[in-house]
Amino acid sequence: MHTSTLIILLLGLMSLAYYFGRKRSLSLVGGKVRDLHSLPSYYGMQTAMWCGIPALILLALWLSFEESVVTGMVVESLPQEIQELPPERLDLVLNDVRNLSQGDIVSSTVDQTMQQAADHYTSLMGISHMALFVVALSVAILAGLWAQRTITREQRARNRVEKAINFFLLSSSTLAIFTTVGIVLSVLFESVRFFQQIPVTEFLFGLEWSPQTAIRPDQVGSSGVFGSVPLFAGTMLITLIAMIVAVPIGLMSAIYMAEYASKHFRTLAKPVLEVLAGIPTVVYGFFAALTVAPFFRDLGTDIGLTVSSESALAAGVVMGIMIIPFVSSLSDDVINAVPQAMRDGSYGLGATRSETIRNVIIPAALPGIVGGVLLAVSRAIGETMIVVMAAGLSANLTANPLEAVTTVTVQIVTLLVGDQEFDSAKTLAAFALALVLFVITLALNMIALHIVRKYREQYE
Amino acid sequence: MNETSAATPGLAEETEAAAGTVQSTDDTVGEIYVDDPRMTCRNVDVYYGEKQAIFDVSLDIGKNQVISMIGPSGCGKSTFLRCLNRMNDTIDGCRVTGQIKMDEQDIYDGGLDVVPLRASVGMVFQKPNPFPKSIYDNIAYGPKIHGLSDNKEHLDSIVETSLQRAGLWEEAKDRLDQPGTGLSGGQQQRLCIARAIAVSPEVILMDEPCSALDPIATAKIEELIDELRERFTIAIVTHSMQQAARVSQRTAYFHLGKLIEVGETDQIFTSPRHKLTEDYITGRFG
Repeated sequence: MHTSTLIILLLGLMSLAYYFGRKRSLSLVGGKVRDLHSLPSYYGMQTAMWCGIPALILLALWLSFEESVVTGMVVESLPQEIQELPPERLDLVLNDVRNLSQGDIVSSTVDQTMQQAADHYTSLMGISHMALFVVALSVAILAGLWAQRTITREQRARNRVEKAINFFLLSSSTLAIFTTVGIVLSVLFESVRFFQQIPVTEFLFGLEWSPQTAIRPDQVGSSGVFGSVPLFAGTMLITLIAMIVAVPIGLMSAIYMAEYASKHFRTLAKPVLEVLAGIPTVVYGFFAALTVAPFFRDLGTDIGLTVSSESALAAGVVMGIMIIPFVSSLSDDVINAVPQAMRDGSYGLGATRSETIRNVIIPAALPGIVGGVLLAVSRAIGETMIVVMAAGLSANLTANPLEAVTTVTVQIVTLLVGDQEFDSAKTLAAFALALVLFVITLALNMIALHIVRKYREQYE
Repeated sequence: MNETSAATPGLAEETEAAAGTVQSTDDTVGEIYVDDPRMTCRNVDVYYGEKQAIFDVSLDIGKNQVISMIGPSGCGKSTFLRCLNRMNDTIDGCRVTGQIKMDEQDIYDGGLDVVPLRASVGMVFQKPNPFPKSIYDNIAYGPKIHGLSDNKEHLDSIVETSLQRAGLWEEAKDRLDQPGTGLSGGQQQRLCIARAIAVSPEVILMDEPCSALDPIATAKIEELIDELRERFTIAIVTHSMQQAARVSQRTAYFHLGKLIEVGETDQIFTSPRHKLTEDYITGRFG
C-alpha cells in the first residue's frame, strides 16, 4: 500500500466527516440555522479537521521515524561481527541491504546474511506500512466520530475553525522564514570551511581570480588564487550599465503610462510591457549573445573601437531591457499612489503637465521610485544567465565596458558545474561568493524597504 | 434623479399655500446679471460622458464680491465651479458647452492657453493639499512656474505678502523651511489659499474649503475670505448655509444640475422666491 493512497483515503474521510458534521449540527436544531452558535459549514469543517489533522500528523511522524526504527531492528538481527563494524562501514552494509530489498544495484557481493537481512528489512517495512495504514485510518475515523458526536448547539465551531486557520497561516509564513534561515546557514557553514583554507582578507581584497586548483599533486595547474575583487567589479559594472538603460526608460515609460496615456493605450501597453518580465532569462541570454553582442562588436569596428565579442556592454544593455518592466511597474504604482489632490493643486496654479510631474509628482514619488530601483538593482546583481552567455568568463579587472568581464553569479555557476570535490577550496569558494552576494542584496533590499516604508508615512 | 423630481411635486403641494413661490425648474429665478461682472457664464451645459451634470446655467460673477453656491450633494455646484478655470479638463470624458467669458475672452475658446487662465483664476480645494515641500516652496511654486519673480529677494517678498494676506505669516515665519504637510489642517488650508494668492489671481474658486476643518479654523478662513474680497473675486461652494450667509454677498442655489435661484444673500435666506430654495434653506431636504 502506498502512502499517497493513504493520503487520498484520509482526504476522502475528511469530506465525509464534513458532510456528517454539518448534517448533525443541522439535525440538532431541526434545520433552524439561527439556533446554532455557528453556521453549519463551520461544524462540518471542525469535524473534518478533527478527522484529518491528527491522522496526518501521525502519518508525518510515522514516516520520519519508520526508517530509523526499522533499520535499528535490522541491525539487531545482523550477525555479531557485522554489528561491531565501524559506523561508516555499517552504513555501507545497510545501504546495500536497502538497495537489495528494493531491487537496486548492490556494491558488494550478495551472501546469505545479506539476503536474509534484506528479506527481514522488506518484511519489516511491509508490516510498518500496514500498521500505519490501519492506525492512521482508525485515528481518523475515531477522532472524526468523536468530534461529530460531541457537537452541541452552543459549541463555538466558528471560533475554533478561525483559530485553526490562524495557525495554518502562521505556519506557512514561518516556513518561508525557516527556509531563508536554512539557506543562509548552509551557505554560512560552507563559507566558514572556505575561510579556513583561504584568508578572508585575501578573498575580499585580492585582485586576481583564478580558481583552478590541481586535484592530484602530480597535476599541472595553478594553485588557485581567490581574490574576489574582479568579480564584484564586473558585477557592479554590468549592474551599472543595466541601470543606465533601465532606470530612464522604465521611469519615463511609467510616467507616460501613469500621467499621459489614455485608458485605452494603458490597458493595451501595460500587459505588453510586462511580457518583458515573463521572458525567461535564458532567452534574453541568447538574444544578448547572438544579436546584441555582435551588433556592438560591428558597430565598434565601424567607429574604430575594439569591442570584444563578449562584452560587459552587451550583457548590461540586455539586462537593462530585462529589468525595464521591474522599474516601470514599481514606479507606475508609486506615481499612481500620489494623491490626485497634489495634481489638482498644481494644475490649479496653472502648471502644465510636465511641470506638475517634474516639480510635484516625481519629488513626492521619489522615495518609492528609489526603493523600486534598488529592488531592481538587487535583481540585476543576482542575474546569471545573460551574463554567462554574453559577458564571458574571464575575470578581468577593468572599468572598460567593451571588454569581457565576469560576475559573481557566473563564477558560482562555473565553480559548481560538472563533477566536483566538495571539500576543495575551488568549490567552497562558490559558497563564500554566494554569502557575500547575499549580504549585498540583503542590504540593498533592506535599504529599499526602509525607503519605501518611509515614503508610505508621508501622506497619512 | 427621477425619484427626486417625482417627489418634489408632492412636497410642493403640501406647502403650496405657504408662499406664492415659483415651482418650475426650467428657468433660473432671480437676477443672474450684475452691473460689474468679473466672469460671465451663458447657457453652460456639462456632460460626464453621456450623463449631463449641468443644465443650461447662466450666471454672472461680480467683481470683488463673494458668491456662494449652495445645494444638495450631487447638484453640480462643484462641477460648475471647476468649469470656471477649466479644471474639468483633467477629468476624462468631461465636456463643457456654452460660453464662459472672462474679460470678453471665451475661456473655452480653442486657442486659449489654460496656463494663464488658471493663474488668473486660482483654486482652493476641499481637502487641504499642500505639496510635500517646505512652506516656502509651496508658496514659491506658482510664482516660479509663471516667472513672476525677478530674483530671490522678490520671491521672498511674494512669499511673505502671500502668507500675510492668508493670515499665516505670524505662525509660519519661523518655520518656512519645514514641510507644509506638518502644519495643522486649518493652517494647511490657509497655506493653500496663500499658494493661490501668490500668483496674483483675479478670481479665487473655493470648493468647500472648510469642510475638513474644525469650527475655529473655519472661523479664521471665513474672516480671511471677507478680507480677501477687497482684492479678489471669490466663488465659494459650501454645504453650510450659515457659512454662505456669513461670507457671501450673492448666493446661487443649485438643484439637480440646474441653477434654481440666484440673488442677494440676504434675500435668498430671508425671502426665497423658489419653492426648492425655500425647502432647502428651511431644512426640508438636502
